[in-house]
Amino acid sequence: MFTSNDPMTLNLIEIRKDFPILDRELRPGVRLTYLDTTATAQKPLAVINAMDDFYRRSNANIHRGVHTLAEEATTLYENARERIAKFINAESARQVIYTRNTTESINLVAYTWARANLKPGDLVILTEMEHHSNLVPWHMLQAERGIELDFIPVTQDGLLDLVTYGMLLERNPKLVSFTHMSNVLGTINPAAEMIRLAHEAGAIVLVDGAQSVPHLKVDMQALDADFYAFSAHKMCGPTGIGVLYGKTALLESMPPFLGGGDMIKEVKLRSFRANTLPHKFEAGTPAIAEAVGFGVAVDYLTNLGMDNIAAHEHEITEYALERLEEIPGVKLFGPSADKKGGVASFTLEGVHPHDVAQILDRDGIAVRAGHHCAQPLHEKFGIPATSRASFYLYNTKEEVDLLVNGIYTVKKMFG
Amino acid sequence: MDDLYREVIIEHYKNPSYRGKLDPHDISFADNNPLCGDHIQIDLRVSPDGVVTDARFDGHGCAISQASADLLIESIIGKPLEEVKKLNKESVLELLGIELGPVRLKCALLSLKVLKAGVYGLQEASDSLVE
Repeated sequence: MFTSNDPMTLNLIEIRKDFPILDRELRPGVRLTYLDTTATAQKPLAVINAMDDFYRRSNANIHRGVHTLAEEATTLYENARERIAKFINAESARQVIYTRNTTESINLVAYTWARANLKPGDLVILTEMEHHSNLVPWHMLQAERGIELDFIPVTQDGLLDLVTYGMLLERNPKLVSFTHMSNVLGTINPAAEMIRLAHEAGAIVLVDGAQSVPHLKVDMQALDADFYAFSAHKMCGPTGIGVLYGKTALLESMPPFLGGGDMIKEVKLRSFRANTLPHKFEAGTPAIAEAVGFGVAVDYLTNLGMDNIAAHEHEITEYALERLEEIPGVKLFGPSADKKGGVASFTLEGVHPHDVAQILDRDGIAVRAGHHCAQPLHEKFGIPATSRASFYLYNTKEEVDLLVNGIYTVKKMFG
Repeated sequence: MDDLYREVIIEHYKNPSYRGKLDPHDISFADNNPLCGDHIQIDLRVSPDGVVTDARFDGHGCAISQASADLLIESIIGKPLEEVKKLNKESVLELLGIELGPVRLKCALLSLKVLKAGVYGLQEASDSLVE
């Protein structure tokens, strides 16, 4: 399937061997073409083996045990945190709070920092391209607290309207919360610049990094975000674990999130004292094996090199947009390849996205169809749903060709 | 798998016989499938003795949801409401002549859910109507 003269930045033949699922035949003679990484990425053997190994050799609860396994499990759990901190260039691993996922990270900020700091009438700026996970927590706070929400508009090209952003900042917002990379349009927002402007206006900034951390080099110290949220499962790691990064002073000033074991320094019958960072925000037995897998996923990405991954995805995306554009009836959403990550959302005239996805599935091609948890964005473009193909470090141009051929099959069936 | 898009379904999707609205009507109900935004409205005319004399559906969605709506409407015209109330998941699958996984089943059953919520005079359509 792959030729040696394929001008790829990464060695795709070797990389694909790392992902056993990519070899799966869904039905006799129909091999998986996985183009749904934006929903969740596939996992390399290194991650699968590390988690398997943890359960076979090292499984124990962390932090309070003194026996060999408890020490070992604690070391593995905390070492992973160190590597994740290094991966995003955080000053300290204490700033890396394990959560369940990006959604929980955003909710953590909404439940602790925001409830301690926002009063009725305070303005929170979001954008029209947010995932439901960066909308609904603020809707809930609006209902409870009477905060005000306003939105940076999305242009027809799928970019944020930064002129309007400037005007919104003049209204003295307390918080600006936006996605670094859109899960529908693929747009990579100018996060550093947006954060700088928000800080000048005196606002705290939360960034949804669910789609950016897996695909770009992100540097917490360079970006200067106050909070940054992401998930392991979109970056070759397991489900069930994510991160909230925060600035130390902010995290220390915040009330705890969930109450329970591990997040305390001392408990009396009628009171408690919260633990130090990061444990203050990690109540109860966490996802330990998942943390171990997360650490290995970060190692895997580091070894390939985030710049190489980004360059490979750019090459695939550029090719995919070019090929998809050629198909009569296909309409693409989002900016050009130079302004976006590996996402191609499209509609096909006369055929519902569900039918597109279902017919592609007959050829083993996995794409997503629906509103991708961004209903307001779809409303903005006047469409109920799109089909979305997304690309990662293991995808090839040949797979893009399979997608294009598949879309021609759909057209023929509905012709 | 190929059965999912057998000709009869594509045909009912592309050229539905009962797409439209009835004005006046005796019963009208509409609902969405929140997963994919499919939308179906069904209008019925009912005779004094409780027989469906005419019916139409309107809306948008995938081939499965729209074809099943067209087939369902076709099947209930001339039937007493009491019989319409007895329709269930199996009735719709029989009309479509295919088997469906859990996700697409929701598409196929949207029209029945809307129809029964209307016939029972409910405020809101519930999944329990089509189980």
